[in-house]
Amino acid sequence: MPAAEPPTRHLVVVRRAPYGASLARTAIETALAVAAFEQPVDILFMGDGVLQLLGQQDSQASGSRNMGRLLASLPLYDIEAVYVDGQAAAAYGVDLANSPVAATALTPAQVRELMDRCDKLLGF
Amino acid sequence: MIYSLLVLSSPASGHGARHAVQFARSALQRGHTIDRVFFLDDGTFAGSAAAVFPQDEASPLQCWVELSERHALELILCVSSALKRGLLDAGEAQRHERCGPTIHPAFVISGLGQLVDAMTHCDRLVTFGG
Repeated sequence: MPAAEPPTRHLVVVRRAPYGASLARTAIETALAVAAFEQPVDILFMGDGVLQLLGQQDSQASGSRNMGRLLASLPLYDIEAVYVDGQAAAAYGVDLANSPVAATALTPAQVRELMDRCDKLLGF
Repeated sequence: MIYSLLVLSSPASGHGARHAVQFARSALQRGHTIDRVFFLDDGTFAGSAAAVFPQDEASPLQCWVELSERHALELILCVSSALKRGLLDAGEAQRHERCGPTIHPAFVISGLGQLVDAMTHCDRLVTFGG
């Protein structure tokens, strides 16, 4: 009997700041949908996207839903791992210790490795 | 090779939506298969039957309709993105008590599960815009 094919590994790359464009939320909702269908999925925050990991977000005055709260729910949905471009986080002064979701900081070489390892990459 | 396309950008702005049409046309001409195009976020504006483009601009709607008729590719609009942009089929228009459908019948409104399903069946997923 042939061995079962390994499952497709998905990577959602998020480059949008949390309240600058609807794609910020769309990216996370897409990752949640992939996880809901029991497909392995990781998330990588890069560029402006690292601003999604700011702690204590308060979106009330802007009339939009709180991205921090959505991110805090990721572990409930079997999102395998959350990564962040460490250089971008440092450049924006994002304190990862206060992030709404635990994110592993990667070096540029590790970012390349992660992208090489995945089968399907969704870039937002 | 089997491709699935994910279109994120609006046909009214930037080049992502136009590149998606051109990619689809070229890939199909070369004998590749595209089984599904999934429109998400501003990409869903592609399905608007009400948009009027100037005569000297290519109509993005007509491009997709022709491709879908000729090659039987599925054109899926993400339901949550579509509804908040006023893009409704007859059923959604009735359910939400709006005056009538606003999308072209070549497009189907459905959930993100259709994108996940397309990804599991294709060899390559290509994202446009974003």
